[in-house]
Formats: sequence, structure tokens, C-alpha cells
Amino acid sequence: MADDKARRPKVGLFVTCLVDLFRPTVGFAAVKLIEASGCDVEVPAAQTCCGQPAYNSGDTADTRAIAESVIAAFESYDYVVAPSGSCGGMLKIHYPSLFNDDPAWKSRAEVFSAKVHELVSFLTDVRGMKGVDARFPKTVTYHDSCAGLRELGIRDQPRTLLASVEGLELKELNGANVCCGFGGTFCVKYADISNAIVSEKTKEIAASGAETLLAGDMGCLMNMAGKLQREKRPVSVRHVAEVLADMTGDVPPIGETTSD
Amino acid sequence: MQITSPEFKQNARAALADPNLQKALRHVRSNFIDKRAKAAGALPEFEALRDNARDIKNHTLAHLDLYLEAYEDRVRQAGGEVHYAETAETARDIIRSICERAGAKTVTKGKSMIAEEINLNDYLEEHGITPVETDLGEYIIQLRHEPPSHIIAPAVHLTREQVEESFRKSHTDLAPDRDLTEPTELLAEARAKLRERFLAADVGITGANFLVAETGTSVIVTNEGNGDLTQILPRVHIVIASIEKITPTLNDVSQIMRLLARSATGQDMSVYTTFSTGPRRPEDPDGPDEYHVVILDNGRTGMLGSDFQEALRCIRCGACMNHCPVYHAIGGHAYGWVYPGPIGAVLDPQLIGVDKAGNLPNASTFCGRCEAVCPMRIPLPNMMRHWREREFERHLSPAVARYGIGFWAFFARRPRLYQWATRLAMRVLANRAIGKGRYTSLPLAGGWTKYRDFPAPEGRTFQEQWSARRKAS
Repeated sequence: MADDKARRPKVGLFVTCLVDLFRPTVGFAAVKLIEASGCDVEVPAAQTCCGQPAYNSGDTADTRAIAESVIAAFESYDYVVAPSGSCGGMLKIHYPSLFNDDPAWKSRAEVFSAKVHELVSFLTDVRGMKGVDARFPKTVTYHDSCAGLRELGIRDQPRTLLASVEGLELKELNGANVCCGFGGTFCVKYADISNAIVSEKTKEIAASGAETLLAGDMGCLMNMAGKLQREKRPVSVRHVAEVLADMTGDVPPIGETTSD
Repeated sequence: MQITSPEFKQNARAALADPNLQKALRHVRSNFIDKRAKAAGALPEFEALRDNARDIKNHTLAHLDLYLEAYEDRVRQAGGEVHYAETAETARDIIRSICERAGAKTVTKGKSMIAEEINLNDYLEEHGITPVETDLGEYIIQLRHEPPSHIIAPAVHLTREQVEESFRKSHTDLAPDRDLTEPTELLAEARAKLRERFLAADVGITGANFLVAETGTSVIVTNEGNGDLTQILPRVHIVIASIEKITPTLNDVSQIMRLLARSATGQDMSVYTTFSTGPRRPEDPDGPDEYHVVILDNGRTGMLGSDFQEALRCIRCGACMNHCPVYHAIGGHAYGWVYPGPIGAVLDPQLIGVDKAGNLPNASTFCGRCEAVCPMRIPLPNMMRHWREREFERHLSPAVARYGIGFWAFFARRPRLYQWATRLAMRVLANRAIGKGRYTSLPLAGGWTKYRDFPAPEGRTFQEQWSARRKAS
């Protein structure tokens, strides 16, 4: 038993700022799922955000400072897992490119980057998880968030695990791979354009006939939930990890006060 | 064309409120994407071709000087002339003097974005030369005195009804009962009008999809055959192209060509692919007496060796804008200069200045779909980010955004302070939304709450709960 314990990989959970601040349940769902996949989870206190707001605003100095502290806080773990394709992509794909003129940090960033995974793809691709022990008797639809889909190749992984959820019926979303219009600071800097994009998305979500919308990124989820609710469309919104971890009873859907 | 990129936000707002434009843009969304996907999917080596094409262009750009020289030699050997133009102004002057020497009154034009870039039509008209656009889309927007809104489908911003209206206004001999409800009828009407102009033209100006260094050949691809008539019928043919159109060999061209139409319109090949080398030889049945190539730089050499060099691989297929959610929402004119969409967001700041085109690389969600479909694998989002870096360094980004990021980064770089501050903030945000779960308006978040509700946080942050649990266990 002690030997078994020793062989369990150590995962550092990169909570992501939006999960930390707005939807802590997703963090606990991630812990539960990662543990169920046979790993131990730790949450380094020295984390805030992956740095994308600075990175995508052209502020390289702050981005590098944040990246250095994330790498330092997480490089001792076997794996680094984030419940977000966007933050996962930042850590995995973009961090190494921040240090093109600094070979020492570049190689640290590359070693770190190799350990980084988005939550759901970590469960399936790294830990070989085929199904989950969860129940969610609803029709759901799934939005593929851009960074997860195109930077990290996440498409089938959440669908595989969702297929094992008892009672859940997946109705595919027309244009599931089209951006929801969030884009970080884009959604407030270019609010009119962002609104046009998310309005197309909510139309498709409503047309899918699903009761609940799922995705793997809090930014996109808050954007789509906010628009669905403004339009008074009767669709609930949740992070996919809440469903996979069977924790939908712990918290109402995003932006709501009563359970679904 | 007149630069309106600094007014991008106003342009975008007007575009979103334009029902005709919104109707026309549906076509981009529904049409191009599926066709490209089908064409790419039907070719097993499509991805490998993309790698090859990228490598061919990278090699060419690394030795651009050599290939330009080789190309120039071959054109001369074939009896043509090569003119280098560092600026738009020089290019216009060169073209005007060729036209004047030929005594040109009418100039037919094949589709050319470079001609748009140097504002050629207005300039020729100012000098008493009448330019006639012969590509149907270009012809339509010339009638309407509008710039193109897309690099391969210049009139994609218009509905069929708007085109019919323009035809009826300009073609005064058109019978009122003539049925123009079918697009083919519009085409027939334009063709009949253009036929006379083709025969009257003294000079024909075309762009080029490729300039082949091996043979001194210019290559154009079209679907209407107008390019062929433009370059064969008049006495003088002028090719206007930018430096990065150089491609080493015919073999290279044929490889890249396999990507071009598939990425652009989803065709395996465009209907016409025409190779022109020099003026008419004695044994040729047709062709011009003079053959000129004007090679334009206009700021492109400044991209060589910079973060933006890879953008010079672009073959102008339009796939990036066809797949762009921002382009889908606002169309091409809102970008405010010649090149719209993701490639425009990278090129325009280089060509007209990031101080003018600064909004363009910012108005992207970085969804990455452009890069995913770019046949030349140009990392468009990364390049837009590089422009944002330039703007940040030069203090061109809005002060509010800079201070906002600075304020946020101050906390983000100090985890303990950050956790303490966010703990308080989230508690307040959660408490004020008790019973509602969300906000319909929120100070400092007007950009968000103008259009959407703002979900309230659960209450206690993850970090707070986690450390409490650790302490308890």
C-alpha cells in the first residue's frame, strides 16, 4: 500500500484565475477527477493567473515575470493540470516562446511545458480514463473552446467521458468549433463585435434543443451564460468537469441561484 | 483607397447595423467554409502540401535577392522589362509613363490587390486614362465607387439586389423589363458591356499570383477568363506584383497552386490558369507588343528578418478571412484599408503604420481558425500579438487598457496580495448578487454588461477554501 502510494504521480493543479475566483467548484471537481485517475494533487499557493491578459495586450515584461513564477512554483511536479484549454495552451504552447532570448529560462520553460495538460485530455490521454462514475440525466450540448481545440487538439476527449455519464444525452452543437466571441479583453474592448459573435452562438445553442451547455473553459462559459441569460433563453451552463466529477448537486449552474 | 482604419470601431458599429451587409455576409459563412473543408478533405496529401508550400516560400524569402535577379534576367531574355518600385508613388509613375508612351486612353484591368494598394484607378483617372475593371466583382464595385471588401471576392459585401440596382443605374440602355434575378444574367450583362471595352483598350494591367524566377513567367488564376483577355488583347501588358510573389520554379508553383484554389473557393483548380512570358513572339498567334512587370516593395523588405517575415508567404487565398468570426461579423470595409481579415491585421500595420492600423491586430479573439486553415501555415494570431507588443512598447495602446493591465499585473505578480484582495472582492461580488446569481450591470464592466449578464462568483475563492481544508486536515 505504501509502495502504491509512492508510485502515484504528483499533480500540481493550476487552478486558473476564473475558476479560483468565480467557480471554485470546478477546482474541486478537477481535484476529485485527477485523484480518481490515480494521482495525488497539490495546489501551490504561489499562483494567480497564467498571464494571458498581459500577454495578449503586448505586455511582455509582466507576462515573463508571471511565467517565471508559475514555472518555479510547478516545475517540481510530475504533471501540471489546468481545467482550461486556454490557460493550458498558454502554459504549454506559449510559455517557451517567451524566452527565445534567454536559453536558461527557455529550457526550464520547455521541461515545464512538457508536463502541462488540460484537465480532460489529461484524464483520457495521459491517465487512460475511459469513463467516469457520474449521473446527469439531461440533454447537453458541448462547445469546443478555441485554444483547447486548436492549440491542444481537444475534441473527442470530453465527448468520450461524457458518453459514460449516466442519463446524459449529447446533442451536437452546430458550429461547435466556432469561437464564442469571448477572446479575453476582446469582449470588452470590442464589445459590439463580441456581442455579434456570441449572439450567433446562443442562437445555435438554443437550436440544439439541449437543456445544458457544457464547455471546458470558464471565460467562454461566462460569456455564453451571460448572453443566454440576457436573452432569457432557458439553457443552463456548466463547466464539463462539474458533470464528469458528479458535482452538479454542489452548485447551481453558472449565473443561477437554484439547482438545475 | 482612403484609410479609415483609425475609425475601426465606428466602422464596425456601422457594419453591424447594416442589414444588406449582414445578409451578404451570411454567404461567406455558409459558402466558403464547407467548400474548402470538402476540397481539403478530398486530397490526402493536403497537409503535406501545406508543409511543402511553407518550406518553398521560406527558402525563397531567405534568398529573395537572388531569385529577384534571376527573375529579372529571364524576363529581359524573353523581351520584357522589369521595373522596381520602392513606393506606391513610384509604381504609379512607372505605370503612367508606360501608358502615356502607349498613348493609352483606356486601360483594362484584371483583378489586382496591388493596384488597390497603390490606388491606381483614381490616379489613372486623374491623368485622363480610363481604367476598366474586368473581373465581375471588381466591375461591380467600380460602378459603385467602392473599394473591395475581400481579397478574392471584392463584392462579397453586396446582395444580388444591390448589384441589380447598380447595373440598372449605370447601364442606361438596359431594358426595364430585362430579368436580372439570376446571377448568370448579371454576368451576361456585364460581359456584353465589357466586350467592347476589351477591344478598345490600349493597355492591359493584371496582377500576378506568382512570378516564376526559373522562366520569367507571370501567372494569374481567374474564374472568368477576364485576365486572359486583359493581357492578350491590348498592345501593352503591365503586370503589377509585390516582391513576395517570386517563386523559384514552375514545379514550386504547381505545388502551391494545388493549395490556392482549394483554400480559396474549394475548387480543385480555378477555371483559368494563365502563364505569360514576355511579349508576343513572331510565331505567336496573339499577345502584346510590350510586356512590363512592375515589382512593388512598399514596405515589405522591412518585414524580412522581422517578426513579420512569415506573413510574406501569403498567397492571397482569403481562407483566413473566410474563417474569421470578426470578418463574418463586420465584413471587409470596416478594417479601413486594402487588406481585411487576419492577414490584413498583420499586413496593414506594416504597410500604413501601426499608429493608423493599431485596432486591427487587437480586434481578434485569437480563436486561431485562420492559422488552422492558412495553406501557407502563417502564424497569424502570433503576428497580431507581435503588433500588440509594438503598440505596448510605443505606448500606442489606449491609456485605460495600459493602466488596467498594469494594475492587474501588479497583483498577479504578488500571489499573497492577490489572494487577499481577490478574496475580499469575490465576497463582495457574491454577496451583492445573493438571490440573483448574476449582475445585469456592474461598475467598470459596462463593456460586458451592455450585452450580457455577468455571472456572480460562488463566494469563497478556491484558494481560500483549499487552504482552510488543508489546515483542517
